[in-house]
Formats: sequence, structure tokens, C-alpha cells
Amino acid sequence: MYVVIVGGGKVGLNLARELLRNQHEVTLVEQNRSTYLRLEQELEHVVQYGDGTELWVLERAGIGRADLVVAVTGDDEDNILICQVAKEKYLCERIIARCNNPRNLQHFRLLNIMPAVSATDLILNLIEHEVPGHGLVHLLDLPDEQLEIIEVEVTQGAPAEGRRVADIDLPDGSLIISVLPAGGGGFVPKPDTVVNAGDEVLVVLDPGLEDAITAQFSKNGSHG
Amino acid sequence: MLVLIVGAGRVGSSVARAALAAGHEVSVLDDDPLSHERLDAGMDTSWEEAGGRFTVGTALEVEALTAAGIEEADVFIASTNGDNTNLTIAQIAQRRFGVERVIVRVMDPARSDWYREQGLNTICPTKHAIEMFNASLGLTA
Repeated sequence: MYVVIVGGGKVGLNLARELLRNQHEVTLVEQNRSTYLRLEQELEHVVQYGDGTELWVLERAGIGRADLVVAVTGDDEDNILICQVAKEKYLCERIIARCNNPRNLQHFRLLNIMPAVSATDLILNLIEHEVPGHGLVHLLDLPDEQLEIIEVEVTQGAPAEGRRVADIDLPDGSLIISVLPAGGGGFVPKPDTVVNAGDEVLVVLDPGLEDAITAQFSKNGSHG
Repeated sequence: MLVLIVGAGRVGSSVARAALAAGHEVSVLDDDPLSHERLDAGMDTSWEEAGGRFTVGTALEVEALTAAGIEEADVFIASTNGDNTNLTIAQIAQRRFGVERVIVRVMDPARSDWYREQGLNTICPTKHAIEMFNASLGLTA
């Protein structure tokens, strides 16, 4: 696979290292001269100097034959523009953008720059995951595939409490993929696995079914 | 007609004054409070006294754009000092807020051309400068 990475900060550099280790072909584009010189010591010809939002720089980096373009600069506008021209001008099939400010995620979505990865949001999700008693946590969103994975806690008195997985009244387009018992651990349930209050369940679902699902696992059907 | 200008540098502030003088409603958004002084320059009264609006805020923040009146704007001009910012906010104005006329400054001729082909009304000062230099040297483009 040929990957063009724009932005030679910590994210870009470590991505390049990993991809190279896995035998992929990589070009890393960095616009800051001193950063570029430092990167060149390690990566040699893999790194190119230039503003990766300029078309000729992208063309020199071989964007026309790239299987994947990754935009991980510290500027959201730059990442949006890089991915937009990669997709729409150079018809690159796969892009990945870094979203530095989660408030800008709406702009990535508007311009169809997906997936956009926000480190802040990822960490926030992990924090939510660690906070007990939180009703519903989005673990993974796959907008292109129209799929989500959520984690939801089974509360006392909820419709699903004490029922077998096969008997829980879930909407079409959703499936329980894991049960995390209150005591720790986790497993893929069988149809006759019984879920108890305090357990958490992981559900894969089509977007929009959250409310119908939480209604089964919490007493009053409200989000935590 | 409400004209919203994002980026009050030399270009943005001059266009703002001209539009106000022509009788349009003009709102200016800039992240630097000092750019307000450029709007006042050469006027007898302050920008607000003359009827202009000024909002301090970052162009990519939807709240700032809304406070500056993007929802009512008939014309949107993106004239910050960053091509990438201009191209991003121009598309936001066009696609999200449905502003009828969107004009965007792009210093880079190559991207100015490409985004023009994609339907954005781009203005590239660099291109004009090149043409004028060439003309003064007697070169034909």
C-alpha cells in the first residue's frame, strides 16, 4: 500500500514508522524546515519538504497513485483541504483526517471528510467508559458503514434485567455482542445468557436506534 | 443587502468601507480586536457610528459566524490571511448556511483555479500581480 502522510509531528512521524515497519511505502510531507531536517535524519528520502496543502507538493509526493492519504497537521483547515483535494481532485479512494478541535468535527462532516479522528473525543469516550453509572457510551462510530457500537449499563428494574439475551426486545438492526458482568471480565453471550443489573452490554446498531435500546436496559429509558 | 466580511485586513476592511458607503448593511468578523482600527481609518466617525457591525471571533466557530449574521447574509466574503481558512469557511457559508453569493480570496493560483471549477467564486490577487508584472515587462501571458 502507498500512503501519503501530511504533517510530520508526533502523530505523522509515528504513523510513518509503523507503516514502514509493516512494509508499506510511505511519503511524509512536512512544511516546517527545521522539523523537516530533523525528520530527514531518520527517514531520509521518505520525507519531503513542502506545504502539503499546495497541489504541486502533493503531486510531487505522488498523490495520484496513493492508496491512502492521511492529513495529520495541527490545523483543521489544512487537514480538511488536503483531504478534499485528495478525494475530489486526485480521486484517492481512502482518506483519514485528524480533527484537532472537536468543535470542528461538524465542518469535516459537512464537507464529507470522513473518517475524521479527534484525539480529544477518543480520550473523552475512554473517560466516560471509566466513569461508573454512565448510561450510554459511544465506543465506535463507523459513519460510512452506518454502524455504531455502544456500551450501556443494565439498571435495576429495566425491562432487560434478569432476561435471556434471546428474549430481550431489541429493535431490528441491533445485536448484543458482549456482556461485561459487574464483577469484571467480559464475554460473547449465548442466546440463553442472562443479563443482570449492574452488567454492561456492548451493542452494535444502526445509527438512530439508541433510544429504543436504552429503553430496554434502563428503568425509565433515559440516558444516564 | 447584508454583506458579511470575514477577515478585516487591507482588502477586507477596504471592501467593507466601500460596501457601507454604497448603502449596504455590512458586518465584519475578525479574530483580532485591533483590526477594528483599520475599519475606522480614514472615516470621520467610528465604524459603528457609520452603521457598520463588528464581531471579534474565530472564523471557524459557528457561534462567531452566527453572531456576525451569517444566517441573514446575502453576500459572504472570505478574506482572512489564510487560503485554507478562506476555502473552508466559504464552503461552510455556501453549503451549511446557503448564502447566495460567496466570494473567496485564494492567494495560491493553482487552488484558486481548481476551486473555481468546483463552483466557488474565487479571486486570486497573485494571478493579477503576475499579469501586471508581465504586462509591465511587455510579456504576453
